[in-house]
Amino acid sequence: MNFPKELKYTKTHEWIRFEDDNTAYIGITDYAQDQLGDLVFANLPEEGDELTAGEAFADVESVKAVSDVLSPVSGTVSEVNEELADEPQKMNEAPYDAWFVKAAEITETEDLMTAEEYEAFIAEGR
Amino acid sequence: MKLVFERSRAGRGTQYLPENDVPRRLPKAQLREKKLHLASLPETEVDRHYTELAKQTHGVNDGFYPLGSCTMKYNPQINEEMAALPGFTKIHPLQDADTVEGCREVCDTLEKYLCEITGMDAVSLQPAAGAHGEFTGLLLIKAYHRERGDVKRTKIIVPDSAHGTNPASAAMAGFDVVSIASDDQGCVDLESLKAAVGEDTAGLMLTNPNTVGLFDPNILEITRIVHEAGGLCYYDGANLNAVMGIARPGDMGFDVIHVNLHKTFSTPHGGGGPGSGPSGCKAFLAKYLPGKGAEGSIGDVRSFGGNFLVAVKALAYILSIGREGIPAAAENAVLNANYMKEKLKDIYPLAYDRTCMHEFVICLEELKHQTDVSALDIAKAMLDHGIHPPTMYFPLIVHEALMVEPTETETKETLDEAVRIFRDIYDEAVKNPEAMHEKPLHTPVRRPDEVLAARSPVIRYAFED
Repeated sequence: MNFPKELKYTKTHEWIRFEDDNTAYIGITDYAQDQLGDLVFANLPEEGDELTAGEAFADVESVKAVSDVLSPVSGTVSEVNEELADEPQKMNEAPYDAWFVKAAEITETEDLMTAEEYEAFIAEGR
Repeated sequence: MKLVFERSRAGRGTQYLPENDVPRRLPKAQLREKKLHLASLPETEVDRHYTELAKQTHGVNDGFYPLGSCTMKYNPQINEEMAALPGFTKIHPLQDADTVEGCREVCDTLEKYLCEITGMDAVSLQPAAGAHGEFTGLLLIKAYHRERGDVKRTKIIVPDSAHGTNPASAAMAGFDVVSIASDDQGCVDLESLKAAVGEDTAGLMLTNPNTVGLFDPNILEITRIVHEAGGLCYYDGANLNAVMGIARPGDMGFDVIHVNLHKTFSTPHGGGGPGSGPSGCKAFLAKYLPGKGAEGSIGDVRSFGGNFLVAVKALAYILSIGREGIPAAAENAVLNANYMKEKLKDIYPLAYDRTCMHEFVICLEELKHQTDVSALDIAKAMLDHGIHPPTMYFPLIVHEALMVEPTETETKETLDEAVRIFRDIYDEAVKNPEAMHEKPLHTPVRRPDEVLAARSPVIRYAFED
């Protein structure tokens, strides 16, 4: 399983890539997509929606279940990756390219893990 | 098999009606522009088409159907005979009330019995299915708070083990959903509940026994906590089969309920339905019920008296098994589930190893980890043995879950045979895990591509023009 070093991770299996202090891309991790199985739908927010750290901003659907995707930061949605709605398989094929939203005006950030910490966190959970 | 449109040939239709000789006076804007696509087949071909479809299905009359949480019990023939009586079928909802008094009596009697069984004071037969009953019940809760001017109560509390319909119905009724954790016994975590209730609590939704097949021993404490916070308690009757005639939701502290006639009261399910999900409540909410014409009612949720013939079948069931038969059915449902559980638990790990109610949940996480054989693979393998698989991947709090509900209408021989098949499949999974991914081998359709079907659904026939 792949956990790129340049990303930060949450305990609820989202990744975040900061562009600068106030903007970042958010998606779900390789581990998340592996656990969920083949994803068939992504319910995405709209541009301008508010993000609250620790709260759901999107949900994804696999054949088995629907799962919330939680925001690691508080801020505003400045861009939405509409491609995921048409091609949900991208979340399985390339989870770190399949960003959900670009967050801007970030005011608050959850406790995040480095790639090593996240890998250890997953190993512990098994 | 061929679709009905592929069997169709122009001009081969069965014509019973003479040509229409009434002048067509509809304005052009009301007429369809394209001709309607209707299959054109002789009656023989139509019959064969449906018989072929029927042969590809699995129903309760074909074999064992332990689909957890669905109560796939036998649908007695006497129900069908009663519902086919001309006094019930050759009527119209708008005919004079004094010509359908017998039908009215059926509804009134069924409502009375449902009140007695559930401990409620009033019932409406209008809701057409379980989730519809939930939605209706939640609207009663909403109407109650609104009439009191208590408009800040916007939240419905739902345990994380709940049926997916609970949060969905709450959202549809305009509430915010608050999910609370289950404890290590699969029951409501009292501390989480205490932390979740407050001035914004409209109510709590619960099944009892819950979705892991366990009766919540803290039920009186749970409903007390919600009531003290000013909320109401909603009972999802999905699992009523385990307790009917023995324990009543009304006595557990619930204010509003629905029951599924198509589960607990032996009327057919799914495509063979229709269903019926009557809503019941305590006296202080009765005026809000739909279909009663009372002032303050939330209004109709379905036309007329709901799925009336389903009510006829449910009443036939109640009357034919009687006061003694209702708790006996519940006891046998619980006995059958525990019998199967005990015969399987040495190889199929239980999510919660306790005496269960009408169903039990197996957790195959370890098998998946060791052999890569999933709950889905095991379920698919059962199809080759003429068993409808248990419910899979539910409740969500149990990973690789299989939820088994044998119901009371199966013989010991059927249960023993099913146990043997379950055990054989497990042995095969351990010995030859690779082969399990190919199951089933002998069904008309092997493994449909569920992912493709969900990503790119083809939901209607593509006509050439």
